[in-house]
Amino acid sequence: MKADRTTHITDIQKYSIHDGEGIRTTIFFKGCPLRCQWCHNPETQRYDREVFFYEERCTGCGACMQDCPHQAIRYGSEGTDTGKLLAVTDRSLCRACGDCVDSCVNNAREICGRSYTVRELVEEALKDRAFYETSGGGVTLSGGEVLTQDTAYILELVKGLHQRGISVNIDTCGLVDYDVIAKVLPYTNVFLYDLKLMNREEHLRYTGVSNERILENLIRLAKDGGRIWIRIPVIGGVNDTTENMEQTVAFLKENGICPEHIHLLPYHDTGSGKYGRLDRDYQQDFTVPDQETLERLQHIFTDAGFADVRIGG
Amino acid sequence: MTVEERGMNDRIKKLRKESTEAVARIDMERAKYFTEAYKEYEGAVSVPELRALALKNYFSKKTLYIGEGELIVGEKGCGPQAAPTFPDLCCHTVEDLHVMNDRDLISFKVNEEDYEFQEKEMIPYWENRSIRHKILDHMTPEWKQAYAAGIFTEFMEQRGPGHTVGSENIYNKGFLEHKADIAKALETLDYIHDPEALDKEAELKGMDIACDAILILAERYAAYAGELADACEDETRKAELLQIAENCRVVPAHKPQTYWQAIQMYWFVHLGVTSELNPWDAYSPGRLDQHLIRFYDRDLEEGILTRDRAKELLECLWVKFNNQPAPPKVGITLKESSTYTDFANINTGGITPDGQDGVNEVSYLILECMDEMKLLQPSSNVQISKRTPQHFLKKACEVSRKGWGQPAFYNTEAIVQELLNAGKSIDDARKGGTSGCVETGAFGNEAYILTGYFNIPKIFELTLFNGYDHMSGQQLGPKTGDVTEFTNYEQLWDAFCKQIDHFLNIKLRGNLVIEKIYAEEMPVPFLSVLTNDCIARGKDYNAGGARYNTSYIQGVGIGTITDCLAAVKYNVFDEKKFTMQELLTAMLDNFEGHEKIYNLVRNKTPKYGNDDAYADDIMKAVFTMYRDKVTGIRNIRGGSYRINMLPTTCHVYFGDVMIASANGRLAHKPVSEGISPEKGADTNGPTAVVKSCSKMDHLSTGGTLLNQKFTPSVVAGEEGLDQMANLIRTYFNLDGHHIQFNVIDRQTLINAQKHPEDYKDLIVRVAGYSDHFRNLSKALQDEIIERTEQSFS
Repeated sequence: MKADRTTHITDIQKYSIHDGEGIRTTIFFKGCPLRCQWCHNPETQRYDREVFFYEERCTGCGACMQDCPHQAIRYGSEGTDTGKLLAVTDRSLCRACGDCVDSCVNNAREICGRSYTVRELVEEALKDRAFYETSGGGVTLSGGEVLTQDTAYILELVKGLHQRGISVNIDTCGLVDYDVIAKVLPYTNVFLYDLKLMNREEHLRYTGVSNERILENLIRLAKDGGRIWIRIPVIGGVNDTTENMEQTVAFLKENGICPEHIHLLPYHDTGSGKYGRLDRDYQQDFTVPDQETLERLQHIFTDAGFADVRIGG
Repeated sequence: MTVEERGMNDRIKKLRKESTEAVARIDMERAKYFTEAYKEYEGAVSVPELRALALKNYFSKKTLYIGEGELIVGEKGCGPQAAPTFPDLCCHTVEDLHVMNDRDLISFKVNEEDYEFQEKEMIPYWENRSIRHKILDHMTPEWKQAYAAGIFTEFMEQRGPGHTVGSENIYNKGFLEHKADIAKALETLDYIHDPEALDKEAELKGMDIACDAILILAERYAAYAGELADACEDETRKAELLQIAENCRVVPAHKPQTYWQAIQMYWFVHLGVTSELNPWDAYSPGRLDQHLIRFYDRDLEEGILTRDRAKELLECLWVKFNNQPAPPKVGITLKESSTYTDFANINTGGITPDGQDGVNEVSYLILECMDEMKLLQPSSNVQISKRTPQHFLKKACEVSRKGWGQPAFYNTEAIVQELLNAGKSIDDARKGGTSGCVETGAFGNEAYILTGYFNIPKIFELTLFNGYDHMSGQQLGPKTGDVTEFTNYEQLWDAFCKQIDHFLNIKLRGNLVIEKIYAEEMPVPFLSVLTNDCIARGKDYNAGGARYNTSYIQGVGIGTITDCLAAVKYNVFDEKKFTMQELLTAMLDNFEGHEKIYNLVRNKTPKYGNDDAYADDIMKAVFTMYRDKVTGIRNIRGGSYRINMLPTTCHVYFGDVMIASANGRLAHKPVSEGISPEKGADTNGPTAVVKSCSKMDHLSTGGTLLNQKFTPSVVAGEEGLDQMANLIRTYFNLDGHHIQFNVIDRQTLINAQKHPEDYKDLIVRVAGYSDHFRNLSKALQDEIIERTEQSFS
């Protein structure tokens, strides 16, 4: 593989304390095979770079329009809240080159998806080594979906971190080629494995894909000895039902999967604003599950004998 | 919202309530009795004896106070929140008193008769002979000009040389034994071969009289407690009063026999030091847990003390500290330290003199007391060493994450190394700690005197304008070149260094004069008795009698200056985004109409606090330059200068005297505080801040200050607590000196600013101390609200 091959990263979040053990650096990769309707990181869905547009910061000065080499920006008020004339981007023309970001004096534009070589990512991750060592932390590769990125790149990255003694966790949606999982397995400390819905049709409806391969991969990963933490986003009105959780329990039990932790992650809508910044609609109206529901769901797992079942985290 | 009642039982709740609800007021008794003594003895006795006689006169005649329910007795003034004045040092004008009485913040009530007393009795006598008058009279025009323009502050124009902390000496010897030591030193004076023998004789005689002063005060308290006991009908209280009387007969004449007496002993010492003069940061018991543990263990074994009683006595001591507001300040000194807090700071944990883990049962009692009392004074901190149990660190984190800033966390290994680097013995270093905000000292052995804050970002502002100060409209610094003609960064750096040299020299020359005035005219014989090796040397604390004598100039605004230099280097020289002239014009226009430049310097330039080598290398260069210019310069007391990096509230004042700066900080806005990044500049989370800060060589300073603001969710739960502890451990592994936390969300602070009446109890961390949010100036409140909030999960 070429040394300068890059992939797109939307964020590198340090002092992550809920993505595995200890203090971690979580790296968010851009691009995902799922389209979960409740996704709070929509900027990680597409693989290509995009431009975030902060409508409230734009004064309509026009500097970006002059500098855009693709004539993708013009005055408009479509989709804006105020009806004021602002710099609106035609996303079909935009190549996310970033020239407009440089010309904007109001910081209303931001490139989403910076290119990193493996070496740059490893260097960035190593900056917080002292914290990993004190806390038993490390790096968590998240997204988007890390395992659908360029395989050679990811393999080099996890090997590189592993070689330097850095613990690597992989946060995955599971809809990936199992060969990739098998390849990274020897270098991965823990898989944070997302399970959303057990019902196949419902899964297809809400995420755009079926869950068959996700479940198959989980079975294989468990058989191959991977350390597994199950993460279930609990979306009010979608999967916060006794039925879904009981099915999840049954699936885990039938297949002899013993996750070290099960985390129930309550839905929150803090990501909804990001859709507007990408000129996309966010129309779904999901509810935040209440504490009582969460605790009831938690009991379904603890009653079934699963040891460490947490709400949040 | 009513003020919360706190404390372990009804007694403490009552005392705490009285302490927090009493109104701070001016108390003229000290001024009266000091002046009386001066009028009687001046000219007839030596200066040290005169000072001691004045203290003795005060302690012989001052009003005594034993509050109902108190177990530890003695007040600096005539009761809780009564603040004595020090006209011998700083003689307030009647106008000053009006300002103190009328101002909204940090006010002191002044009675009608006080105004008259000040005008008729104090001003005629002290106006032209106070230390402040002499200091200002001796300063050069350049000094006065720079001082007025806010280039530096001066610590000793209203308060005495300070920063010193008690040691185990306090509990090992009574004052009768000190008198015996003094007598022995007097006997062995060599009048034939030692030309300083007469000076030593005068000083030692002064010390002896100072011992008498505290003995008299204790005798009076013993008698007073006895009288109250006679008149008391409640048997329990009567017994307490009789025990108080007995305690006051044992200490301070003799060394304490019990845990209770040990605390009373400290308190008498505290009153002596802070009544004699008003040294910066009052006085502190230092390693209180280690000093008290032997009394605690013994009394528990003998069955005369319970764990609860031990804590109750500590809580009584906490009330005593809180009863003493800092001496009333005016002018620039008020701006640099705008608070009632007097900075007594108690060190808990750390290591023992033989290098073992210093955490003991009293350490845990102190944590509990701190938590229950939630008082501004005393400031309380924990020293965390490699040997400190994780259990203790997490207990301290549990208190800290409640959000009001105590305890602060200090790195024991860094403190020891800093002291060793400054020439202390390993034994003295291990007994040391931090006082005031974050200042490192060898407790009981060192006079480490802070001389003033130094406004580094302002000096860079002057550099950009060839020494001209647009704020005061005058040529303040030397002409170091027209920066628009500079072709590279190195030229700018050289000019900046020349400006620093210029103002440092002015400050140092002023310090020389001031140190000399204190050494000759304002000895502190009482404090000298308590500080090794003043008796042995026959020398005063203010004249170099201490074993170690250090002077400090505190650097302020490292975050701002780093980002300013980075903004110019990156945009003008490296990337050529705009010209120097364009930047200067934008600064003079407060960036109005220069949005493009503003956006570039604010949002698109490398900044300190992000673990970014571009900016952090500049920080290292500024720090090293400043440190090397100051460190090692000799002071008048036989020691030398060092630096530390802390601001108290001076970053607000220093920002107020500046126009907009190159990093996009607008005119009059505060500069960065401590070694924290500029507000909003750090966008990569707390680990990046810690990494950037750890690139500074803390071990070559006398202390640095790092503030972190978290929203409550970040430190919630066991996970949050564990990682908070790990963050601290890591910073300390990287040789960080100190870290402290505000755990509060932005909205709460905004609400508290709008509705102070609803947030009377809200306490926040300011710099190296906590304060009531409602007592902060609007500018400082804004500054705290704007501090970067680490809020992600």
